[in-house]
Amino acid sequence: MTLDFAPLLLTLKLAAVTTVILYLLGMPLAWFLSQTRVRIKPLLEALFALPLVLPPSVLGFYFLLAFSRQGWLGSLWEHLFGHQLAFSFDGLVLGSVIFSLPFMVHPLQAGFNAVPRNLIEASYSLGKSKALTMLKVILPSMKSSLLTGGVLAFAHTVGEFGVVLMIGGSIDHETKVASIAIYDLVESLDYQSAHLYAAILFVFSFAILMTVYIVNKKLDLR
Amino acid sequence: MIRIAVEKRLSGANGPFTLSVDLQIENRSILTLYGKSGSGKTTLLRMLAGLEKPDSGRIDVNGDTWFDSNSGINLPPQKRRVGMVFQDYALFPSMTVRDNLLFAQEKKEPTKVDEMLELTDLGALRDRHPETLSGGQRQRVALARAILRTPDILLLDEPLSALDQKTRSQLQDEILKVHRRFGLSTLLVSHDKQEVFKLSDSVAVIKNGRISRNGSPHDVFLDRITSNKFSFISIILSIRKVDCIYLAVIGTGNELVEVVLSERDVANLKPGDEVLVASKAFNPIVMKLKETRQKPGS
Repeated sequence: MTLDFAPLLLTLKLAAVTTVILYLLGMPLAWFLSQTRVRIKPLLEALFALPLVLPPSVLGFYFLLAFSRQGWLGSLWEHLFGHQLAFSFDGLVLGSVIFSLPFMVHPLQAGFNAVPRNLIEASYSLGKSKALTMLKVILPSMKSSLLTGGVLAFAHTVGEFGVVLMIGGSIDHETKVASIAIYDLVESLDYQSAHLYAAILFVFSFAILMTVYIVNKKLDLR
Repeated sequence: MIRIAVEKRLSGANGPFTLSVDLQIENRSILTLYGKSGSGKTTLLRMLAGLEKPDSGRIDVNGDTWFDSNSGINLPPQKRRVGMVFQDYALFPSMTVRDNLLFAQEKKEPTKVDEMLELTDLGALRDRHPETLSGGQRQRVALARAILRTPDILLLDEPLSALDQKTRSQLQDEILKVHRRFGLSTLLVSHDKQEVFKLSDSVAVIKNGRISRNGSPHDVFLDRITSNKFSFISIILSIRKVDCIYLAVIGTGNELVEVVLSERDVANLKPGDEVLVASKAFNPIVMKLKETRQKPGS
């Protein structure tokens, strides 16, 4: 038996790309949610938290409808980029971004809320613009939230299964991530290979979570 | 010269009231706002800093208009040159003491920061983070940072209220020293009469959103005292009977004194009552205290 590393690497690639996009998307969204006083805030919060509670198969089913050639997003995508969105790596990224969104937004929103108002006011009062205040005052004082958000989004994407099953299609080097590979191996009764993948994911997930707790403790103590 | 004439509706603990003041601060002088908490002192400071918007009125600072409700002028906080010292200091936790000071400068001039560190006895703490400092040290960093902004006006929001008496007294000296050196027009919020006396050139007593008195600390606080009488507003802490007399413990400022009361006095007094304690002062004992002031560094 030779171990094919492709599914593991694909999983890491998917998680890394998803996490980067989620940082870019999650920071402005979390900042908005922490500052806004609009009436529909509970509605927005519920909407963005929905992926937490929905069965991944429900989410995956709607993604499949939207991402397919007949779906509005799928047809638009094919028109713009020349390839199908469903059963492609791009589709997985888009699905994962939505699926893991609350895992990035919630820690960041809590982090923004925890920054004392008067630190921000002090910075404005010292003549610093909003952008500079964000960069030099707000983000540096919520390092542990930034780390938590990133790691949770990453780990959650690594652990993703139901959504990928619906919109992935188990194509080698494109959508066959580790969790799907394990499923396929179990289906074909190759328990030994399944074991290897599973053990690697197990150890890897444990290691990142452990690292987060250690680093966060240090950040809090500092 | 700084003039602030503004109005704003506020909701206080006892229902809504209108903050309505018209104050002038002479150049290079210290004006203190004195009053109970919830009287609108801090709001006034925040309106000067641009952190809160008055309903109407205008704010002029050295010939520039910072706020004018008639012509719609309202400079953002960034455009107002104020040195704000917050009640809880608001030092940036992710920066060292020196970085906190550098951050305040528009044009980075490290030599000026280092001078300021020496002037305020913070040299040894320059690479420390705020959470490792004592209250008094944090206060000094906050003051130094506010001055490095080169403000038109220094705003001190109860800067010493969280500190113990000794540190407080040292920092009052520090504020005076810095004030003499930089000559900044200063607006101080305080509810400590001794502090007001020591620091301010003039004082405005603010009550229910309005200035009820305005003048020198001497005029404002001492007018009810005739020349041969001491009197202090105090609180009765306890009353106990000893043989046929009553002894009451009374808190005056930070001092506790025990006084004798007659049965008739006790009839309408109870612990917790606010009272005026007065005494003829024909022959008070006045002694010089030993110089106990230490080098600031606590």
